[in-house]
Amino acid sequence: MRYLPKSPEERRQMLAALGMGSAEELFSHLPADVRLDRPLDIPSGKSEYEIVQYFNGLAAQNANGYPSFLGAGVYRHFRPVVVDPLATRSEFLTAYTPYQAEISQGVLTTIFEFQTMVTQLTGMDVANASMYDGSTAVPEAGMMAARITRRDKLLVARTVHPEYREVLNTYGRHQTLPVETVAYDAESGQLDFDDLDAKLDHETAAVIVQSPNFFGVVDKTREAAELAHRYGALLVVIFTEAVSLGLLEPACEADIVAGEMQSFAHPPSYGGPFVGVLATRQKYVRQMPGRLVGETVDSEGNRAFCLTLATREQHIRRAKATSNICTNQALIALMATIYMSVFGKQGLRELAEQNLSKAHYLADEIGRNGGQRVFSGPFFNEFVVRTNGVGAAEVNRRALDEKIVGGLPLKKFYPELQDALLVCATEVNNRDEMDRYAAQFSG
Amino acid sequence: MIRKVRSHQTQNEPLLFERSSPGKKGYQLPPLDVPGVAPAEALGVANVRREIEGFPEVSEVEIIRHFTRLSTWNYAIDLGLYPLGSCTMKYNPRLNEFVARIEGLAQAHPYQPEELAQGAMRVQVQLEQYLRETTGMDEVTLQPAAGAHGEQTGILLIRAYLEAQGDARRKVLIPDSAHGTNPATAAIAGYEVEEIKSNDQGMIDLEALERAVDDSVAALMVTNPNTVGIFEKDIAMVAEILHTRGAQLYMDGANMNALVGIARPGDFGVDVMHLNLHKTFSTPHGGGGPGAGPVAVKKHLAPHLPVPRIEESNGILRYCYDRELSIGRVRAYFGNFGVLVRALAYILAHGGDGLRNATIDAVLNANYIRMGIEDRYELPYKAPSMHECVFSDDRQARSGVRTGDIAKRLIDYGFHPYTVSFPLIVRGALMIEPTETESKQELDLFIDALRSIADEVESDPELVRSAPHTTRTKRVDETRAARRPVLHWKAPEEEKQAAD
Ligand SMILES: Cc1ncc(COP(=O)(O)O)c(C=O)c1O
Repeated sequence: MRYLPKSPEERRQMLAALGMGSAEELFSHLPADVRLDRPLDIPSGKSEYEIVQYFNGLAAQNANGYPSFLGAGVYRHFRPVVVDPLATRSEFLTAYTPYQAEISQGVLTTIFEFQTMVTQLTGMDVANASMYDGSTAVPEAGMMAARITRRDKLLVARTVHPEYREVLNTYGRHQTLPVETVAYDAESGQLDFDDLDAKLDHETAAVIVQSPNFFGVVDKTREAAELAHRYGALLVVIFTEAVSLGLLEPACEADIVAGEMQSFAHPPSYGGPFVGVLATRQKYVRQMPGRLVGETVDSEGNRAFCLTLATREQHIRRAKATSNICTNQALIALMATIYMSVFGKQGLRELAEQNLSKAHYLADEIGRNGGQRVFSGPFFNEFVVRTNGVGAAEVNRRALDEKIVGGLPLKKFYPELQDALLVCATEVNNRDEMDRYAAQFSG
Repeated sequence: MIRKVRSHQTQNEPLLFERSSPGKKGYQLPPLDVPGVAPAEALGVANVRREIEGFPEVSEVEIIRHFTRLSTWNYAIDLGLYPLGSCTMKYNPRLNEFVARIEGLAQAHPYQPEELAQGAMRVQVQLEQYLRETTGMDEVTLQPAAGAHGEQTGILLIRAYLEAQGDARRKVLIPDSAHGTNPATAAIAGYEVEEIKSNDQGMIDLEALERAVDDSVAALMVTNPNTVGIFEKDIAMVAEILHTRGAQLYMDGANMNALVGIARPGDFGVDVMHLNLHKTFSTPHGGGGPGAGPVAVKKHLAPHLPVPRIEESNGILRYCYDRELSIGRVRAYFGNFGVLVRALAYILAHGGDGLRNATIDAVLNANYIRMGIEDRYELPYKAPSMHECVFSDDRQARSGVRTGDIAKRLIDYGFHPYTVSFPLIVRGALMIEPTETESKQELDLFIDALRSIADEVESDPELVRSAPHTTRTKRVDETRAARRPVLHWKAPEEEKQAAD
């Protein structure tokens, strides 16, 4: 096996040093009835060449090189070339969690930069080192709000990513955190404030809204905060499209911001690994889940960083920890950090403006071809359209004939939106492919 | 004598924010090929931010140097032995990185039509099959994002199963040697935690277990081999005690690197377990993640697995969502797919015999280290070691040197330390897991280093207590970091105002 760095002779020497004649003796203390008495039924080891061929073959069964208009929480963006060579440097790629600060200053420094940039983008005071992804950041935020308010009811907008809500339900059920959904306004696609008002009470720990929401619509987080705070509940704001933060006013009125940063440098990768974000106000820092890096000094007085406030975490607090998370998504957070430094203050805005322009162009073109936008609320780079009699499935079928992957049919998640598609355009979609997709909507 | 390393220069480097200056750029976008839209018009003035205050502006060369310089401040497996016990820091084959980046896999969108995602679905089906075979379990879900997330999924499965039988029960039993995620997980899954004391061999005390298991107990979470690196030889009996009283056996599979190809949890009574693909199956830790924590179950728990499941008919794969008894999703989409691709590549490269040989070498290496230092460090539990060995700092503590100090001194010798102070049942633990991907030469150097440090503890304890001496950053003041938390960079003026 090419990954095992020992010659047969060395192996023999080592066994001899242990007073053993064969490797079998290493396991002779295992009870016979727990031993596997046959070889594993897995074909014998393959060469690099064969393995590359194998995965190339599988990749060829996927849509390869198709223009796509899918978003819905996973976004297609250009990845600057410098990201991979830097993030796959051995010293980043093959290091463990930085518990030994003296030989982990590289990763600790980049996490500190990540935390800082997340606070700058979200308008929050503190951010952690990462969560698994956006979907698991939502229940973590909900549980955190429950601890802070000592209440247990969670109100979640129906316009929060449906799969995020499913994850919230799974966690909530066993934490005895009842989860109720809040309707959206059928006209604007934004939060239905009457419904929110009706459901808010003094048992409510948090109101959870997403902006831009699952329909791509920028929601009214200020109003939501006002209403939530009137009942002593916290406001949790979720985002799935980090690029929107380059342009949109951050939800500074929120108490917790949680979201997904996949857009910053990670390819769609069939849904993961991504990087979840959780940020909050200073006063709630001790209720945060996850790792935090803090600044300090070494014994010579030089600036240094280390993991800190660990008394919140499982390895210290065990059953009373704020979360069970241990391994997080550090490498993807590093990619996001590199990405943010490449685009920087100006670039992120320019990129966001391009996304805005592309999506509005596509929405207009689809409109010209008979599709109708369903919601009137302002949108960033995604929007919902109804076809004019053609049918959502048919539009996408036609598009596939042209080797284009269309938007996401919404009826699976929203039965009331039978004929609707969630369509996303980013900077990687060119005008020609947008025109071709839009043309599929004409009757 | 320090033989593994010599010092070399490392470059100083400020934070990105301190390199920033208005107008510097590391990007160029293509010209917009559609009419530009005015943000204030499209979004409403109130929704548009003025700027991202404090966000850096740096050039490409500076970015390259920044991250390259920072990287040189890290230790990594690619530099040498990384013997963190319980973490299985083995070589991360570069091939795995390569295949995970193949366009049709990396660019696949989780919502692309199933007929155009058959390759991505096949990766999952194939990996599930190999993991079933490796663990001896009946079904596998790949959704959990890491070990702790897998634990949570597993305990929720047990909960759902017991609930379906009428009573979810109240308690989860956890040995005092367990990893912190175990009790944290049980709590998140809505259970009370009851700790079980280990016996004088570091193993589960069957009598204590007998006493603890009643009809309020949902499960025991056991790590096998346990966290002192010893195989729980009575595991089948443990399973029996639980099963006869209607409780389930959960196995934390963090230590599967000791068992692959040798013994299978499914054959010794385990009902549900997780695997850490970022340990046993070589996917890189990346400075703390991402990982993947697939959960394998016996048949009776399968109806409760997270949705979706993949079904195959006539060679066509499709997702199946309608599973009435499912605990629901634990994560959006299909888990950390890119990590799954890497783990599958690892399994393909080894094959069945290769996996077994890897296990043999992992156990051989641990025992070789154990033998090499056993006369200098206290070995609290004498049962044979599997893939790791755990010592205590008892002898060194008499000279006022603790495990944390020895760990820091190892850094001067060019090694990453072992796991410090875990498991909690060993006073001042040195938990050493070399993995199979270490050469005899590297192990010999490591043994020499630990023996030499044992000498130093006797001749010059202060040298050890004040280590590391040769690193760029000296002993870090963690107390200060926690007392006055500084969790993000502040511009100098901001900092001044805060101080006023
Ligand atoms: C024994 C044991 N259990 C559970 C975990 C948690 O796994 P993860 O960090 O992948 O969540 C770890 C690793 O840190 C471990 O060593």
